[in-house]
Amino acid sequence: MMKKWIAFWNILVKDMRSYYLKPPNISWGLVFPLAWTAAFFVRSGSGFESILSILPGVMGVSVLFGTTSMLAVTVTFEKKGRSFERLLLAPISLELLMLAKTAGAIFFGAVNAFVPVLIASFITDLSGVDWLSLVPVVILIAVSSTFLGLFIAVSVSEVFEAQTFSNFFRFPMIFLCGLFVPVAALPFWLQPVSYALPLTYGADILHRSIGGSGTMPTALNFAVLSAFCLFLFAISLRNIRRKWIV
Amino acid sequence: MDGQGTDVIRVRSLSKSFGEVKAVCNVEFSVSRGELFGFLGPNGAGKTTTINMLTGMARPDTGAIRIGGIDCSRNPKAAQHLMGVVPDESNLYPELSGFENLCFCGALYGMRRSDRETRARELLEYFGLTAAAGRKFASYSKGMKRKLTIAAGIIHSPEILFLDEPTSGIDVASARQLRRLIADLNARGTTIFLTTHYIEEAEKLCSRIAFIVSGRIETIDTVGHLMSGYQDRQIMHFELSDTDEELCSRLAGEFPDLDCRVDSERKIHVESSKTIQVGPIVRFLEDRGVEIYEARKIRPSLEEVFVKITGIEAGEMNKEQEKKRKG
Repeated sequence: MMKKWIAFWNILVKDMRSYYLKPPNISWGLVFPLAWTAAFFVRSGSGFESILSILPGVMGVSVLFGTTSMLAVTVTFEKKGRSFERLLLAPISLELLMLAKTAGAIFFGAVNAFVPVLIASFITDLSGVDWLSLVPVVILIAVSSTFLGLFIAVSVSEVFEAQTFSNFFRFPMIFLCGLFVPVAALPFWLQPVSYALPLTYGADILHRSIGGSGTMPTALNFAVLSAFCLFLFAISLRNIRRKWIV
Repeated sequence: MDGQGTDVIRVRSLSKSFGEVKAVCNVEFSVSRGELFGFLGPNGAGKTTTINMLTGMARPDTGAIRIGGIDCSRNPKAAQHLMGVVPDESNLYPELSGFENLCFCGALYGMRRSDRETRARELLEYFGLTAAAGRKFASYSKGMKRKLTIAAGIIHSPEILFLDEPTSGIDVASARQLRRLIADLNARGTTIFLTTHYIEEAEKLCSRIAFIVSGRIETIDTVGHLMSGYQDRQIMHFELSDTDEELCSRLAGEFPDLDCRVDSERKIHVESSKTIQVGPIVRFLEDRGVEIYEARKIRPSLEEVFVKITGIEAGEMNKEQEKKRKG
């Protein structure tokens, strides 16, 4: 067990050093949520009191982009450069290996989500926030988004394909998952698509935790989001076994 | 162990197809503990597919693999503890230094920090890379990259080392140095499974060799047996104080089984389908006042044996490999 933990920890630390804690990514993690917050704040045309209404959306987008932007690219990059083979040859299970590879993205995405919260804390009152559900849901959204990124990374063979395929999922999710536009306000034929996306359930908990305005029971949201995490992880592992260990 | 003698690798009826293409077909062999086993064949012969199946990077369609007594089809991860793998292309992390790369590879096998750092320093010293330990891998020369990749393969002191084309694409001096290091690793007890398309490399390093062509093993034997088994003519070269055509024809007259010819000013070439008895020839020449400087039995090269078995010219194989490497 100790040996497996050593392997897990070192894969995580290496990825954090090599990919996530680089100045461009740190600045991306700060600038991106700031830009989104500013954009929606200006668009809403209201005062600081509207910050709480746009905070769930900005947090959701920060997690989604923070996790998928790096992971989809780094796994594809390492696979292409064959250094990923070195990991596959290590005597650790594929499940543990992929958890180690994704842990960095989960951490990075979760930290990204709290950048707008930190900014908001200086300009508005956050005393009504339900932290006990906010923190777990941010982590769960980070996990599901990371596994979505993993699914994308395993489905493609080129780095540019990973970026294109990521955007194919990410941009529609901004508008379909109830982050800024309530799902109920979408055309009825688009609503089933919303409920097929994991972020919809995470966004609902974010809204309830921050503004107290969720539409679905929190327990159901957590359950569905967890099921999405398991499904995306399982299907990614299946694809790795099928495509990379031929 | 597996209770089957000293075999650390046992492969039985191994087959693998990619669609209609049979990459590996009914391959069987064993490798003993401490052996340096060569796996030779042209491009597309099935060498890398076989190595991938042995190391758990590919699943066989049929057949059984046991590494150190462990059934790889049931528990490939347990077998991976015993092996080190050096792929045909260096696949370490360009952004990490040589020292960091080795430490990271040690961590993948669960080595503690102090153990992996000590071992990394030892290996850097052993491979002559201490001065470059802090430099990023991306800045290494090809020869240095190959050395560090081999070092990474043995960081956890594996029982078995899989080396896929270790000297391909590097300069002659580095290749010679690497061959010495490989021989030394083997002398220290590491079992080595070596794939190469350089026949002279296999001849110098390997105790036994398998020739694989079109996914099938054509032959497996010791280098000595391979060469003697495929030598249908006995050949000797004599270096003499004096020689001419007349001496040659007199020699052929005295020994009807021999074909003789003058090779150069002082050398004669003697060939026979039977064993050449050196004593009577020496006496015959001395009786005629000819001094013998050297009498040498000529062995066929492994390259000739390879050509005879596979029908593939070794030079062509090298060219194919270089083409593949250049993309």
